Amino acid sequence: MLRLRFLWLILALVVVSVLFLTLGAKGSWGFTLWFRGQKLASLLLIGGAVSTATILFQTITHNRILTPSIMGFDALFLLILTLMIFGMGAGGYAQVPKVTLFLINLVLLTLASVALFTLLLKDQSSDLMRMVLTGIILGVLFRSLGLLIQRLIDPSEFAVLQSASFARFNKVDADLLLASAILVGLTWGAVWRMRHRLDVLALGEVLPVSLGADPRRGQLLVLMLISVLVSVSTALVGPVAFLGLLVSSLTYRLIPSWHHGHILPAAILIGGITLVGGQLLLERILHFETPLAVVVECLGGLVFLILILRKGST
Amino acid sequence: MPRLWLLICLCLILLLSVLSIFVGVIDLSPAALLRDPEALQLLAVSRLPRTAAAVLTGCSMAVSGQIMQILVRNKFVEPISAGTGQAAALGILLSVLLFPAAGLAVKMSLAAVTALLGTLGFLALVQRLPPTEPLLVPLVGLVYGGILGAVMVFIAYQADLIQYIDVWMLGEFSGVMRGRYELLWLAGVAAFVSYLIADQFAILGLGRDMSLSLGLNHRQVMALGLLCVSVVSALTVVTVGMLPFIGLVIPNLVSRRLGDNLRVTLPITALLGGVFVLGCDILARVVRYPYEVPVGTIFGVLGTLAFLWLIYARPRNA
Repeated sequence: MLRLRFLWLILALVVVSVLFLTLGAKGSWGFTLWFRGQKLASLLLIGGAVSTATILFQTITHNRILTPSIMGFDALFLLILTLMIFGMGAGGYAQVPKVTLFLINLVLLTLASVALFTLLLKDQSSDLMRMVLTGIILGVLFRSLGLLIQRLIDPSEFAVLQSASFARFNKVDADLLLASAILVGLTWGAVWRMRHRLDVLALGEVLPVSLGADPRRGQLLVLMLISVLVSVSTALVGPVAFLGLLVSSLTYRLIPSWHHGHILPAAILIGGITLVGGQLLLERILHFETPLAVVVECLGGLVFLILILRKGST
Repeated sequence: MPRLWLLICLCLILLLSVLSIFVGVIDLSPAALLRDPEALQLLAVSRLPRTAAAVLTGCSMAVSGQIMQILVRNKFVEPISAGTGQAAALGILLSVLLFPAAGLAVKMSLAAVTALLGTLGFLALVQRLPPTEPLLVPLVGLVYGGILGAVMVFIAYQADLIQYIDVWMLGEFSGVMRGRYELLWLAGVAAFVSYLIADQFAILGLGRDMSLSLGLNHRQVMALGLLCVSVVSALTVVTVGMLPFIGLVIPNLVSRRLGDNLRVTLPITALLGGVFVLGCDILARVVRYPYEVPVGTIFGVLGTLAFLWLIYARPRNA
């Protein structure tokens, strides 16, 4: 049954991708395919990165409501970026190579996320609702701090940053795309290799220890991988709050399996279908002006509401 | 003890108001007021209205937050982030779309109606929640507000009005001038009216059964509270934009120190709200002088920090 569902998912992804590339194309095919191919690649990359990060996060927190972006990880990424521009000035910022900047940001985000994780999520005594609420509030705090610091820096420096703080699936840097694809590919490889270990990590804090496995090192490693994925997706398109939640809850629905060897590929496929299909529907079929991010935000928010209402009433 | 608090708040408001009048991009000194007619003009057109707007917003939002907490029977909610504010903004957007030529009064009324509907929707949601999970209520509120906000952004994109909504999403007082803030006095009146029936709200806070057995017209007081919350939210969103977390933080601070006797605490809550908003507005003017920082971002930082403190440092008796 699982195999059949995977076939359906792959078929769906191929169909929406082909439609995305060809539907309503006018003029030179070479140009259209190149132009749309880049967009398609970035959508698939983001969809895959965000959904992998979400599944990993939910595995190590043993919790299917929280996601890295609900906890404010991508706001944190932007905050760190803002602080770096604030510290160096726009001139200094422009001189440092992009890759170095990205790596510094990545290291800082990893450190911050490990700190957040150990502070908040390891506390088994705290109740789930307080944890989720804290996550959301922290997200708001990071966003407001970022906004505040943006206003404190000079207007010219502000312009450098402004382009980085909106979710946009339409304009993606081609250079960034290649580097991101390599990074995400490497991360996927690492995640795939530890898929069985993830199955153990999902068991909780106590059971793995009695099975003879120390979960802490695994959790740290997973947090680092999540930081890489979040950094790439945020650097590429900006924050997408509820996409991960939408995809992960769809995945758990469609793939009733505890094996990460099943869940992760399915989540990547569903992430791609959601973004490519959504963009196709919105842009080509309905001809809406609204960016996909807004619609995803709305739907994902509804899913979140349903999840916490159900969780709260049990 | 409450008297002392009241006195301190009053003094602080007066002090900050004087400060607020003389802080700004254009220099204004007390001496200039006596001889320079232009200085008087500045005072009348910009500084006084701005100061009044900040105080009125702070007072009425703190009071409406308190009332919202009674209506929902949960300490961790406030109208602006739990859907009422977003619904009000949605109403303004709709009025711009449907009646572009209409004046402020129409905009305002439509915003109040949608704010009322939004609050009713939130109340209906909250009624389904189990009473054992108090933090579920603010969580649902934040997400509910977020969804309404996303709907608003969606409509704004479709109608090409996206640049408008920024004004309502992030509150600030830099646009306040004579002739553009007077609606806020209505919010002040609404807050005052709710003080007159403060004891009935206090009984309402005991729950439906208890208040009915004490002889309260539960339905009527509930409706009044809803009306007050919606009108105040609509007015503040129309004139200065969304200022989240004041309605949450201030009533909680007061209630932790002074208890829940609203007849005693409501004036203090109102004044403290005024002090807080005015103080933040002055801070917003000086922190990046001569530019201004939107006061909404300052609230975003201070308010979330205070919120976190509130949910982690629970009072011993809770």
